[in-house]
Amino acid sequence: MLPLLLALSLVELGSGLVLGSFEDELLRRPSLLVLVPVTIGTAGNLGSILAARLSTAVHLGTVTFSPEDDTLVGNAVATAGLAVSVFPVVGLGAWALTELTVGATLAPTRVVLVAACSGAVLAVLAIAVTLLTTYAAYRLGLDPDDVVIPVVTNTCDVLGVLVLFGVVLVVL
Amino acid sequence: MSIRAVAREAYREALPALGASVVGGLFAGVVLGGMRSELQQVPGLLVLVPALLATRGNVYGSLGARLATGLHQGLLEPRIDLGNERLRGAVAAAITNGLFVSVFAATAAYVLLALLGEAAAPLPTLVAVSLLAGLLSGITLTVAVVSVVFVGFRRGQNPDTLVGPIVTTTGDVFGMAFLLLAARIVLFLGGV
Repeated sequence: MLPLLLALSLVELGSGLVLGSFEDELLRRPSLLVLVPVTIGTAGNLGSILAARLSTAVHLGTVTFSPEDDTLVGNAVATAGLAVSVFPVVGLGAWALTELTVGATLAPTRVVLVAACSGAVLAVLAIAVTLLTTYAAYRLGLDPDDVVIPVVTNTCDVLGVLVLFGVVLVVL
Repeated sequence: MSIRAVAREAYREALPALGASVVGGLFAGVVLGGMRSELQQVPGLLVLVPALLATRGNVYGSLGARLATGLHQGLLEPRIDLGNERLRGAVAAAITNGLFVSVFAATAAYVLLALLGEAAAPLPTLVAVSLLAGLLSGITLTVAVVSVVFVGFRRGQNPDTLVGPIVTTTGDVFGMAFLLLAARIVLFLGGV
């Protein structure tokens, strides 16, 4: 357990360094700072929910890795749907809470736009990472419950920061 | 089941847990947004935030999963009894792992920032903040995970489905709140 934890914390430090590189921007625009933990957490959760469902389906033998498999495609569609419906609310919540506490410097539409774009990109990435990891664990004969969830959650955490950073560069 | 039916069921089942973690994440964000002066006083602290939050999730998520498995297998009674070796062992392992990874992450962050030529607070400051935050949030998360898993199990709920949302929500909120508290305590003691 401990070697995996140490390796994962190094991966997370990578995303920390990305955060550190746009620290000035984040300190100037507190709405974006408020978005950081919730974006990371939601991206990781989207991946881990899909991973948990696919792992169970693998154990039960009710899924095949084919683009025509209903369980596989249905769960992927649900993940995309969750991301697209939850992230705009996240953006609005982040703006409102910032405005109420320290005072927002960005317009609410901007924050919602950043959150919604990040969510859409993250949904695609979370699905891709989860399918690849679950498939790899399945092919290598590893128990997907042990391997897939920590790997997917932490990969999606890192992607959350990278995508947020990328979207901020493009949109703002 | 058709794709549509699978997707609808998966969406409905996942939304409450995701909603709970969104609320937790937003409150963690408010704490982070409110600690801008600490982030400026302790350069490198922001770099540590993802690693520390993820460590809480990884360590205490695994504690919850272990307790849930023990309950399912009948090896653990849903009673808070510190004389129980299995419970004590799982809790001790989680807290030790949590503290060790916190110190490791702080040290690694310091080294990485030095290699990149970026500003970083002195190593003892980063380690002290990380360790203190790890200890405070570790105790809180242990109490939350153990009590929710045990109470849920006694009420006939599957502890496996409780662990994820509890750990991500309380982990984010308490993880950030205690990081802020730890930074303030260390800055105060350091006379900054």
